Amino acid sequence: MGELLIIAIGSALVNNVVLSQFLGICPFLGVSKKVETAAGMGGAVVFVITIASFVSGVVYKFILANKAILGGKLVYLQTIVFILVIACLVQFVEMFLKKSMPALYQSLGVYLPLITTNCAVLGVALTNVQKEYSLLSGVVNGIGTSVGFLIAIVILAGIREKMEYNDISESFQGTPIVLITAALMAIAFFGFSGLI
Amino acid sequence: MNNCTERLYNGIIKENPTFVLMLGMCPTLAVTTSAINGLGMGLSTTAVLVLSNLMISLLRKVIPDSLRIPAFIVVVASFVTMVQFLMEGFVPSLYASLGIYIPLIVVNCIILGRAESYASKNPPLPSIFDGIGMGLGFTVGLTAIGIVREVIGAGKAFGFQLLPLADSATGKAGYVPVTIFILAPGAFLVLAGLTALQNKVKNNAKKKGKKATETVGCGEGCASCTNSACGGKIFPTGNEKE
Repeated sequence: MGELLIIAIGSALVNNVVLSQFLGICPFLGVSKKVETAAGMGGAVVFVITIASFVSGVVYKFILANKAILGGKLVYLQTIVFILVIACLVQFVEMFLKKSMPALYQSLGVYLPLITTNCAVLGVALTNVQKEYSLLSGVVNGIGTSVGFLIAIVILAGIREKMEYNDISESFQGTPIVLITAALMAIAFFGFSGLI
Repeated sequence: MNNCTERLYNGIIKENPTFVLMLGMCPTLAVTTSAINGLGMGLSTTAVLVLSNLMISLLRKVIPDSLRIPAFIVVVASFVTMVQFLMEGFVPSLYASLGIYIPLIVVNCIILGRAESYASKNPPLPSIFDGIGMGLGFTVGLTAIGIVREVIGAGKAFGFQLLPLADSATGKAGYVPVTIFILAPGAFLVLAGLTALQNKVKNNAKKKGKKATETVGCGEGCASCTNSACGGKIFPTGNEKE
């Protein structure tokens, strides 16, 4: 239990997925204008990464690294298999939500297609393999990472909402000031580095 | 052949993926802690880009339109896997320092973007040159950012000590490295400066009445990305707005 907690805190705060690993920069900068949409995107990412880290873990353990299938020599296919599994999964999740949970689909639906090319999803699947996490630790790592993303994007959106009333020099309007905000947030997140 | 040199010019200068299109930001930020890492990442991306452009261009009449994105992904992922193993075998130190970002070349917007917007519509030879041009443009961008970060953050470039470091123990005067630039926040700061510079150039051009070149890419956010491969649907469900 303690080990799982360390994995979760480590991936959510200490090695924050956006601010120290630079995965998922695209939605981080793109969908962070309002706190509401940022929270929606973050929620969708938590949802997808949690499922994706479980499914890719199962595929890896029981198909690719299975000694019974070609003696576990299929491991080299991990990149191809993971990206296809994630792409299909996102499509399935979208269809499933549309049919059975229209309310949730209304709030998450628009963000789902954007997530497939979010490198954080593939990143988590690959990290789980690289660090030889068990299925459970892998899922916990996935949840931690995606919660880290949620925290970072919601904070950034909050700052951006306040920043709208500020007088920013012409060249720094738009993306540059957001990047500087992100830099300051990254410095702040260094404060967590002694936590584990 | 004229067309080919035009593709090179287009990739390296006119539509430079890092400075103009702002594509592939994740590796740009993550691996540019030193010039050599930027160069390595740029060259491995170039290799994947050239090979996948060639393959997709050859297969462009075979791949059905509705399944093109998954087909592109499989092609790209295969080449990424090959490059990954070659690097692991021949340049293990670079492989270790780039780590997880090598398999993540698969989700780099530049590669799927070029496949979708150029290679799937053009014959093999121009597609190869398009890949070389775009790849070198990306390499130039990454190496430039890498050099800036390495010089400010460690006083080095490509591992050579450019600025003599100060030594507090012996009281020797010299350069005090700003370590934050080779850490995570430095990446954001350097990129912020870079985009501000780009904005300035664009604003000046606008004031002079010139039509500024449109940027398409992730810099403006995924939602505005016109590229269906990046931020778009992998499998068409048939009810998109298009």
